[in-house]
Amino acid sequence: MKLSQLKVGNKGIVKEFTDLEMSVKLMEMGCLPGEEVRVERIAPLGDPIAINVAGYQLSLRKREASTIILL
Amino acid sequence: MKADIRVALVGNPNTGKSTLFNALTGLNQKIGNFPGVTVDKKTGYCDLPDGRRAEIVDLPGTYSLYPKSKDESIVFSVLADQQIDQQPDLVVVILDASNLKRNLLLYTQVADLKIPIIVALNMMDLATRNGITIDIDAFAKKLGVHVVPISARKLEGIDKLKAAISYANKLALQEDTIDVHAIAPQLIAQIGEEMAVENPYYALQLAHQHEHLTFLSPGESNRIEELEQVHGFHSQKAQATETIARYNFINDLLYDTVQKKETAQEETWSNRIDKVLTHRVFGFVIFFGILLFMFQSIFAWSAYPMDLISTGFVWLQETLHKILPAGPLTNLLADGVVAGLSGVLVFIPQIAILFAFISILEDTGYMARVTFMMDKLMRKVGLSGKSVVPLIGGFACAVPSIMSTRTIESWKDRIITIMVTPLVTCSARLPIYTLLIALVVPNRNIWWIFNLQGLALTGMYLLSLVSAIVVAFVMKLIIKGREKGYFIMELPVYRMPRWNNVFMDMYTRAKTFVLEAGKVIIAVSVILWVLASYGPGKRFERIDQKYSQPQYVKTMKPDSLNRVIATEKLENSYAGILGHVIEPAIRPLGFDWKIGIALITSFAAREVFVGTMATIYSVSGDADNIESVKVKMGNAKNQETGQPVFTLAVAASLMMFYAFAMQCASTMAIVYRETKSWRWPVAQFLYMGVLAYVVSFITYQLLK
Repeated sequence: MKLSQLKVGNKGIVKEFTDLEMSVKLMEMGCLPGEEVRVERIAPLGDPIAINVAGYQLSLRKREASTIILL
Repeated sequence: MKADIRVALVGNPNTGKSTLFNALTGLNQKIGNFPGVTVDKKTGYCDLPDGRRAEIVDLPGTYSLYPKSKDESIVFSVLADQQIDQQPDLVVVILDASNLKRNLLLYTQVADLKIPIIVALNMMDLATRNGITIDIDAFAKKLGVHVVPISARKLEGIDKLKAAISYANKLALQEDTIDVHAIAPQLIAQIGEEMAVENPYYALQLAHQHEHLTFLSPGESNRIEELEQVHGFHSQKAQATETIARYNFINDLLYDTVQKKETAQEETWSNRIDKVLTHRVFGFVIFFGILLFMFQSIFAWSAYPMDLISTGFVWLQETLHKILPAGPLTNLLADGVVAGLSGVLVFIPQIAILFAFISILEDTGYMARVTFMMDKLMRKVGLSGKSVVPLIGGFACAVPSIMSTRTIESWKDRIITIMVTPLVTCSARLPIYTLLIALVVPNRNIWWIFNLQGLALTGMYLLSLVSAIVVAFVMKLIIKGREKGYFIMELPVYRMPRWNNVFMDMYTRAKTFVLEAGKVIIAVSVILWVLASYGPGKRFERIDQKYSQPQYVKTMKPDSLNRVIATEKLENSYAGILGHVIEPAIRPLGFDWKIGIALITSFAAREVFVGTMATIYSVSGDADNIESVKVKMGNAKNQETGQPVFTLAVAASLMMFYAFAMQCASTMAIVYRETKSWRWPVAQFLYMGVLAYVVSFITYQLLK
């Protein structure tokens, strides 16, 4: 399952990434394998989304979220 | 000022770095550029308890030493550049205690560069509220560095931090965090040997970043590239390996030193506010409401101080005429310099209010939400959500806004943002709009709350946003770009604005505006006064002779005679001749030769317009009757028709011209420096000039 498929309020645990370049950026921001992520809200126009990870809120576009595979 | 020790502040965005910087340096700070690049360099001075003086350098906030944007690339360069004399003796890493895990990543990277470090642990109160307890002694011991808990907002722990800075060891004491060698053993060894680099992490960073480091010679950079090929080094894979290793270290560290109470996740304040502020309907309504409130306030709150300042200048001008002996020098001072200055300085209150609003919006964390809400919309027209900040910043000034595009990762998004930012109504246009609106729009309320003049101003601001968006859309289709942009951004928790910071921001930026604009305005006013007061050949003498004929002296009152003489002299002065030369070109826009003079003088900087008007009408008006520029311009009559010069059509057309024309030398200079090519500023100048002429022409022809 991809992170982009979660609905608001749903949780998941990061398993792996499909894009190496994006994975470096996401990991630096705390999205690591094994980390729990939760979708907090979706922007008014449907994109980007805001997730809760490692105790703070991170916003990313759906395309970027689709590179995160959840357990 | 000489400093005994140089201290760099490093930390993630939103950790309170700027607040700490302000707390350490107070009003003792300046904004400059890093050598060779245009990124803002904020430095300030701080007296240490042992009597020494520290130079504090505030570096851009970053999440890691691997830069994602131009802005972040400066951090490693400053920490690593051993050639130019700006390497810090000490780094203060500021960590947000409520978000230690992510914050520590940057710490471990800086620590491995082996520059002496002190940790400032900020926002302890927030961490405690979230149920986090940190064993500070154990934490400090594990890292091997001095850890000072502070609360930058409440100014707690600042003295202890200063003391720690003065005791700081010249040698790095921190423990190693990860085994850097393991990431690329042979490559690190060989770079270390050939470049005489002892620190393995420094060598690894050279491998990653050599293409962007200005302190490496092309030869050195090529050699590193060769070595990478030989050893099969893959930068992104190595970064991934390193990041995972670092987080392993961090998890171990936090496991031993930090306790987190597992409380039921109650909804945070920030979340509840977000539900309203990023709501799909209310979110946009509130955003536009805030913008409208902002522009109304600029008008409403500034009226009294503006009156005070303009009265002061009128008084000063009068007094100068009274106490100084009559003559060209007095005229130059009173009608050239003072009149020119008053035209602009009177707008300080409005500019300060504008800067205060923008500072508050950024400080509270609301600007990040605007970015979040607008990203999709912005992407449709070829911009990024991150372009919203430069665009709104453009309301203050395009120059820092264009610098702030350095946070935009994609080249195409960034270029388009740079190209359209000068369209946004900047503070230099504000005086022009205010003046012209006050001349032709009645000061009346409709529907109780809306002031007509405020609405007209809001209209000009909205027009600028719309035009920026339309132009961006066109450019999206024209400019080619391959790389995909991305948008990974922290949404900081909402906070009360730090009024100290807001005030400091308002003060330093208004000061910069006054000093920078002031210099140009004095110079232009002097030149202009000379051009307006002297003419070629014997033209002035002939005018004097003509009007000393009895038929004029006897039939006209001295007052009107003086005015006629002055007007005819201005018309025959160098400035007048220049204005007449361009008159045929600007006639279709509704402008006469006097406005033409102002157009010419304000080509380098818009804010000169009002000063020019002040000078021209001071020269042409009669000297005993000193009034504010607005009254003078309101009284101005067309000589042939006897109608007022500034009709609605002329004022509207003039505002359109100033809305679109690229009359700002500083912006062109900054665009050149940011894009490293004349192509972009020239293209910008041309497209904006054409737009200005066409829109002015249409406006005047429709309204006349």
